[in-house]
Amino acid sequence: MTSHKQHKLKMFLPLYLMMVPGIIYIFVNNYIPMAGIILAFKKYDYKLGMFRSKFIGFSNFEFLFKTKDALTITRNTLLYNVVFILLGTILAITIAILLNEIRNDKAKKAYQTLILIPYLISMVVVSYVVYGFLNSQFGYINKTILSALNREGISWYSNPQYWPFILVLVYLWKSIGFNCIIYFATLVGIDKGYYEAAEIDGANKWKQIIHITLPSLKPTIIILTLMAIGRIFYSDFGLFYQVPMNSGALIDVTNTIDTYVYRGLTQLNNIGMVSAAGFYQSVVGFILVLTANFIVRKVSKENALF
Amino acid sequence: MVTTDRFYQTLLHIVMLILCAICVLPFLLLISSSLSSEQSLVIRGYTFWPSHLDLSAYKYLFIGSKAILRGYIISTLVTVLGTLLSLVLTTLFAYPLSRKNLPGRNFFAFFVFFTMLFNGGLVPSYIMWTQMLHIKNTIWALILPNLLLNAFNIIMMRTYFSSNLPEEVIESARMDGAKEFTILTRIVIPMSTPIMITVCLLVGLTYWNDWLNGLYYISKDQYYSIQVLLTKMLKNIEMVKKASSAGASSMTLPSTSIRMAVAVMGVLPILVVYPFFQKYFVKGIIIGAVKG
Repeated sequence: MTSHKQHKLKMFLPLYLMMVPGIIYIFVNNYIPMAGIILAFKKYDYKLGMFRSKFIGFSNFEFLFKTKDALTITRNTLLYNVVFILLGTILAITIAILLNEIRNDKAKKAYQTLILIPYLISMVVVSYVVYGFLNSQFGYINKTILSALNREGISWYSNPQYWPFILVLVYLWKSIGFNCIIYFATLVGIDKGYYEAAEIDGANKWKQIIHITLPSLKPTIIILTLMAIGRIFYSDFGLFYQVPMNSGALIDVTNTIDTYVYRGLTQLNNIGMVSAAGFYQSVVGFILVLTANFIVRKVSKENALF
Repeated sequence: MVTTDRFYQTLLHIVMLILCAICVLPFLLLISSSLSSEQSLVIRGYTFWPSHLDLSAYKYLFIGSKAILRGYIISTLVTVLGTLLSLVLTTLFAYPLSRKNLPGRNFFAFFVFFTMLFNGGLVPSYIMWTQMLHIKNTIWALILPNLLLNAFNIIMMRTYFSSNLPEEVIESARMDGAKEFTILTRIVIPMSTPIMITVCLLVGLTYWNDWLNGLYYISKDQYYSIQVLLTKMLKNIEMVKKASSAGASSMTLPSTSIRMAVAVMGVLPILVVYPFFQKYFVKGIIIGAVKG
């Protein structure tokens, strides 16, 4: 028995050795910071470091939730994400279905290629593109569109009321291609026989979509939505910080937990309160994904994430 | 029936063409503005088509500014080194995970998967990288935090290996006396080109486009990658002036078009490389998505 075990260990040892660099890296990069989450309950002292600083219980959280920031960043992060998930999923699925209906293979490939381009570009460059449209002096919208309509230019970067729409548009523009390709991948995998059978039964295009296409997409929709719910307390830092150009006038509608944590870390130097916000983000996000997964498991076990 | 079908297809093409135009046209505004003269920008603003071509912004960037060249060198170095390291780490981790008889396989898979569900957030990471590992203002700050950031890549590659490589091939190689490492390099990797290229592209893209680590960990000009330079320049055109050599002071600074020119320089490599890899990229995403 022992010799069998030894033999087995000898056989698998090279495989374990291969994993060592990755294990060390993931441990350092991902697991050590998880332990650092206790910072939220400490009064951080640079000299003492992460683990030896003094415990102060929940005072950091008290400070955070007494500010009006706590409400704003929670509202913004959640609302934007809900809109992103809803509109993003509906649009991506619609475009994927349209793409799948096209019979000319060359055109289909070309469309796939082109709609992915915004996804490939960094958020910094996206913010330059947005700036090109919205700059108050030279921007395309003020200078060309509004002046052609004989309307006065708008100072976009200091008027918060437009930004919820601008941010949603920018998000959709940048992310839709990638999501669409993922749904499209599922559509390609559907057995053509179902459609042929449906056509023989006299089902029209619309009925085929309702009864074959959408049900086939269900597992993909559930998994992607579950993953998005797990990230519902996170936001794309570039979208909310870079695209509005960190404009102070817009902060009410552009401040999310991520931008708050970054600003706190670099400007306020209040490590305690910022750590509390980070804790809130990580832990609530984790609880949300566990809950969502639990509900999916109750409804249909095979579609759950874990 | 045939005519309604023709009509339907035409309508689809029109809708898709409009969508593609929405995706691509905004970049034209960027390119066109970078090619316009300062006066025409003041008069006409940013437009989709330059009224007359003026290359002075680019002339300035190439002749007057050391920052751009340096940014390109840093970006290229970080992208190549980071992508290689990341690909090696990912493959070395994913291959053992794909072996169905490896004891403890589920534990290690969960070790990776859990990082997708839970993390410590920015503050502990920042403190760890700066106070314990001291990467601030080194080239490592642009490489290390992104190395295996995306656990999804490991999972995607593992799934590809375990569903696309017949176990018999690996088994018979071992019968012939091949070592595990040889099996990986001689059999597994050559048989998995699509997934290797896809992961390579996804990681390469992350490295080329990364500006966040530069924002967190870099405060010295000499380590600015092209994206970090762009970040700093969006608000502050002085950045370019400050970073340029003395020879440039005699030139007038086309400050409006120059920003757009730097942005074009930031996307250019991607737009040049993408068409060549496009077929692997789209296919790779499709494979990864279906199987992953």
